[in-house]
Amino acid sequence: MDIGTITQKLLEGSVVSLEIFAVTLVGALILGLLLCFVRMSRFMILRIIAKIYISIMRGTPLMLQLFVVYFGPYYLFHIELSPSYKLIAVFIGFVLNYAAYFAEIYRSGIEGIPEGQYEAATILGYSKVQTFRYIIMPQVFKRIIPPVTNETITLIKDTSLAFTLAVAEMFTIAKQVAAADRTVTAFVIAGVIYYIFNLLVAGAFAKLEKKMSYYK
Amino acid sequence: MSLLEIKHIKKSFGDLEVLKDISLKVDEGEVLAIIGPSGSGKSTLLRLATMLETADSGSIVYAGLPDAVTATKAQKQQIRKYFGLVFQNFNLFPHRSVIQNIMDAPVRIQKKDPEQARSEAMALLKKMGLEGKANEYPQQLSGGQQQRVSIARALALNPKILFFDEPTSALDPELTGEILKVIKNLAAEHMTMVIVTHEMNFARNVADHIIFMDKGVIAIEGTPEHVFNSDNARMKEFLGKLGD
Repeated sequence: MDIGTITQKLLEGSVVSLEIFAVTLVGALILGLLLCFVRMSRFMILRIIAKIYISIMRGTPLMLQLFVVYFGPYYLFHIELSPSYKLIAVFIGFVLNYAAYFAEIYRSGIEGIPEGQYEAATILGYSKVQTFRYIIMPQVFKRIIPPVTNETITLIKDTSLAFTLAVAEMFTIAKQVAAADRTVTAFVIAGVIYYIFNLLVAGAFAKLEKKMSYYK
Repeated sequence: MSLLEIKHIKKSFGDLEVLKDISLKVDEGEVLAIIGPSGSGKSTLLRLATMLETADSGSIVYAGLPDAVTATKAQKQQIRKYFGLVFQNFNLFPHRSVIQNIMDAPVRIQKKDPEQARSEAMALLKKMGLEGKANEYPQQLSGGQQQRVSIARALALNPKILFFDEPTSALDPELTGEILKVIKNLAAEHMTMVIVTHEMNFARNVADHIIFMDKGVIAIEGTPEHVFNSDNARMKEFLGKLGD
C-alpha cells in the first residue's frame, strides 16, 4: 500500500478519533464540574461517594473501564445491545473516566481562590450563586487552563484505547493496515497525525492562556 | 441617632473566648476607632458586625432592621445593604478592571442603570485621585491605590456605615498616609465610620470616640483625650510598647 492510501485511510479513522475526543472533552468538562460540586458538598455522604468514585476512576485502567461499560450491560443484566453500542460505550467510558480527573482539577482551582474573594462578594451583596458565577468561576477558569491542557493532550493519545472495543478510530485502522501491509508505515503515519493534532490543541490552549493573562 | 447598637455579644472559637460581653453604639456621623493589641478581639468584633461571622449570643441591630445575630438568610441580604467593609487585603476582584470592580455590584446587585453606575464610579475614582486608572487591573496598581479602589467600591453602594478592618496594615508607611487622608476626607463629609486600626496618631486625630479592647473586653472607651490620657494600666502598657 502506498503512503497516500494509508494516510487517507488513517485520516478517515481520525474522524472517529476526533469524535471521541470532542465528546469526551465537552462531556467530561461538564460532568466533572458537577462531580466537583458533589465532591465539595456540605453533606459528608455525598463527598465520600464522589471521593470513592474518583478514586476508582483514577485508580483502574481506562481500558478495563471500557470493557465494563461495553460488556457490563450483558453480563450483569442480560441486555443485548447492537454493535453500534460500541462507540457509545467508548463515549460513556471516556466521559466517566475523564470527569474524575477534571473534577479534581476544578476542585484544586476552586480551593485555590482566597477566602477574601468570597467575603468581599458577600459584603457587596452577591448571592452564593452570583459569587460563584461572576467572581469565583472566571478566576478558576484561568487557573485550570494548564492542568486541563495536560489532560487534553493525554486524551488525544488515549482515544487510541478505543481499539480495544474494535471501534474504527485511527489506531484501530493503523493496526489493520500494518497487519495487511506487513510494515509499520501505518503506525509511523498515525504517530505523526497524533502529534500534529496535539500540536494544534496545545497551541490553541497556549493562545487561550495568553488571552487570559491580562491579569495575574 | 444610633445607626448601630451592639449589645452583650459573645464569641468563642472552640475553647477560646474571643469576645466576652461587648456592647457599643455607633451614632450617625460618628467616627469610631477600635484599637488594642493583637488577639484582643477587635477584628472579630468587626467580622461579627458585618456578619462574616455569627455571634454566639447578644444582639447586633442596625437602625430599623432585624437583629443581625438571629437574622434569616433573606434578612441578612437586607442588612448587608446598610454597611460597607474595607478589608485589610483589599480583596479586589483581580479579573475585573478598576471601574468594573466598582460598578459591578451597583449594576448587578442594586440593578442600577449601567451608564449611571459608570459615571458614579468615575466620580468616586476622581475623588480618590485615580481617574486615570479606570481601565487598569488591580495588580497593576500600588497597594495604596488598590485600597483606594476598594474604598470606592464600598462607597459605590452608598452604605450608611463604612467599616475598615486595619486598612493600612498591608501597606508601606509611605502608602499608609494616602489612605488615612482619604478616610480623613470622608470624616469631614460626616461619613459614619468604624475603623479597626493600629495607627494611634490617626485614631487620636480622626476619631470622635475610641474603644480600647483587651482580651475580649472593652478595657476603656471615650473621647481620644480620655482614652489616651487614662490611667488604665493595660492602655499605658500598650501605648508604651508602641513607643518602643
